[in-house]
Amino acid sequence: MTATTPDLVQASRLPGVAFIFKKALISALVALLLFSLMIGIRTEAGPTGQLIYWTRSGDLAAMVVTVFGGSILVELLRQWWGPVGTVRIVPPNVQSALALARRAIAPLLLIFTFLVPVIFYDQRYILDLGILVLTYVMLGWGLNVVVGLAGLLDLGYVAFYAVGAYSYALLSTNFGLSFWVCLPLAGILAAFWGVLLGFPVLRLRGDYLAIVTLAFGEIIRLVIINWQSLTGGPNGVSGIPRPSFFGIPLTPGDDGLAAKLGIEFSPTHRIVFLFYVILALALLTNWVTIRLRRLPIGRAWEALREDEVACRALGINTTTTKLTAFATGAMFGGFAGAFFATRQGFISPESFTFQESALVLAIVVLGGMGSQLGVALAALTMIGGFELFRGFDQYRMLVFGVAMVLLMIWRPRGLIGHRAPTVFLRHSQAISSELAGEGRG
Amino acid sequence: MDYFAQQLINGIVLGSIYGLIAIGYTMVYGIVGMINFAHGDIFMIGGFIALISFLILVSIGLTAIPLILLIVLLVSMAITALYGWTVERIAYRPLRQSFRLAPMLSAIGMSFVLINYSQIAQGARVKPVPPIITGGYSLFEHDGFVVRLSNVQVIVVITTVVLLAIFTWLVSRTRLGRDMRACEQDQTMAALLGVDVDRTISMTFVIGAALAAVAGMMYLLYYGLVDFFMGFVAGIKAFTAAVLGGIGSLPGAMLGGLLIGLIETLWSAYFSIEYKDVAAFSILIVVLIFLPTGLLGRPEVEKV
Repeated sequence: MTATTPDLVQASRLPGVAFIFKKALISALVALLLFSLMIGIRTEAGPTGQLIYWTRSGDLAAMVVTVFGGSILVELLRQWWGPVGTVRIVPPNVQSALALARRAIAPLLLIFTFLVPVIFYDQRYILDLGILVLTYVMLGWGLNVVVGLAGLLDLGYVAFYAVGAYSYALLSTNFGLSFWVCLPLAGILAAFWGVLLGFPVLRLRGDYLAIVTLAFGEIIRLVIINWQSLTGGPNGVSGIPRPSFFGIPLTPGDDGLAAKLGIEFSPTHRIVFLFYVILALALLTNWVTIRLRRLPIGRAWEALREDEVACRALGINTTTTKLTAFATGAMFGGFAGAFFATRQGFISPESFTFQESALVLAIVVLGGMGSQLGVALAALTMIGGFELFRGFDQYRMLVFGVAMVLLMIWRPRGLIGHRAPTVFLRHSQAISSELAGEGRG
Repeated sequence: MDYFAQQLINGIVLGSIYGLIAIGYTMVYGIVGMINFAHGDIFMIGGFIALISFLILVSIGLTAIPLILLIVLLVSMAITALYGWTVERIAYRPLRQSFRLAPMLSAIGMSFVLINYSQIAQGARVKPVPPIITGGYSLFEHDGFVVRLSNVQVIVVITTVVLLAIFTWLVSRTRLGRDMRACEQDQTMAALLGVDVDRTISMTFVIGAALAAVAGMMYLLYYGLVDFFMGFVAGIKAFTAAVLGGIGSLPGAMLGGLLIGLIETLWSAYFSIEYKDVAAFSILIVVLIFLPTGLLGRPEVEKV
């Protein structure tokens, strides 16, 4: 008996090996055809302007071999892991440990974030990176209102970011308004544009909505590029004033904050100040979102995400629900834009391309559409990942695209988060008939 | 008047290219119900493959222009179709049963992959080619303004018409076309009646990509350049064309393409060339608000 078992295993494995090999061979063949012209041959404009080309058979062979090996590896992984959707049962004690970790992670992360400028005071690079990550956390949380809560796929979110940034840049350079006056104005203007976009797209759903918001984002960018007299066109706006500590500038002069506090001036003060400003703005976004989620409007957003037709049948005004979602999300985008402008001191249309929209959207999707903590962790992962790939600038958007496809295939609900409605019936109550008669059922 | 006639010709040629891309959008939307966001980039890949195969053919000493054009057309159609097939196989097929937004997001990821893949493989600079087809006719002359019809324009329009004829025959007369129409109406029922749904959907992507490759080659012939980012804007405009014509309707896609081409050309000619993309995108928004089913589309019944 014991001798036959390995034979049986062998017998059942053998066709598997042949199958895997055949599949890998087909993949390699397809790859050879796909890459033959695009990678096997490289074209470039020669010295006289005439196109010349040269072959790269080594690269082509490497790619085909990679596909062959990768295909075998994927197939083996698939056999080992089981079909997509396999549920792994986690032991209860591990589950409770995980639940504890999940509860603890948000406060710990918050405390750590507060301490970042203290710990890394001397490391300008880390502080800058922290500000960048927090900007994207804020953008992610803002877009989360539209995509995660209300379920409206918005591919033009960067438009509101741009509106906020240009509002602050133009108001401050032309009228000398301070950052703290412009910040609410930028938010209001962005929210106004959000409503303006919201009106026409009220009737659209799903994919159509996505394309229209994309077109809207592109229109805003093209107008910024072409309206040179107002926005400076492709050259952008420069010399945007830095923020002040509620009226006290962060400069080395006598009236600067450092002199007033009697400490030595250091340029790091401004970075730390900016760090706390964006942290406060991001936390404001988070707090408002969490509060709104508990209000009737937040419930209506989640209901809208789950089923629009049912929503309408229940008498929810989908018009106001959608418009408030757009306006709220846009307002936070506007805040983040104003912050971006004051941090950079220079803005140009280059910063507001579709790529940015897709990046923020990817953060929301990776975070699990609706989960606040998930979005924050996703922003950290995504921006951190981009920093790791800094040396390979060309490849990082390629990796980004591949990651997005793989994410949709393996974890369409996001890596960390959840998107369950916040209220639902936990269990049906069994009650006696007299209570039902009193209307408690 | 002569200026207008000239713009009309240019618009129709541009519209033919948009129409060829738009068919890919409308077919996929009709059958799978998703916007194939990467389709514009498939068009770009088609342009690149046409360019590269053209370079090779010229450098091995082939001189007969019609033969070169025919080979380039077939090669770029075949390889681009394979790209379309691969994209569907990798990025869309595993998501058939996924949630509503998943295919769209996956398509956006695929679009980034294709754009950056071409940028890495072929470099970021614009690739110019010398005019391949030269010459043309002067149609008429008035007040010193000559209305011209170049040979390239003739070839673009003729190729489009011929391909459309083949394509219409394919959809309306062949077994494959019948399967496609069946899947469009009801995938489950079609599967029950013995239609291989997966294969039909694959073929839809293959045909769409082949037509996009033709559009890419025509673009190369007409404008004499390709670059890795040209698929993005062209894709949105072609999608606008598909929506304008009524998404899901094949003649609608061609009609929409022609209209978008004409509007864009006339807008550039009479208003401002800087805002021509704004005009095209605004049309998309306006059409979706006032005419969501398009010119030739059927109204969609909303089901719970």
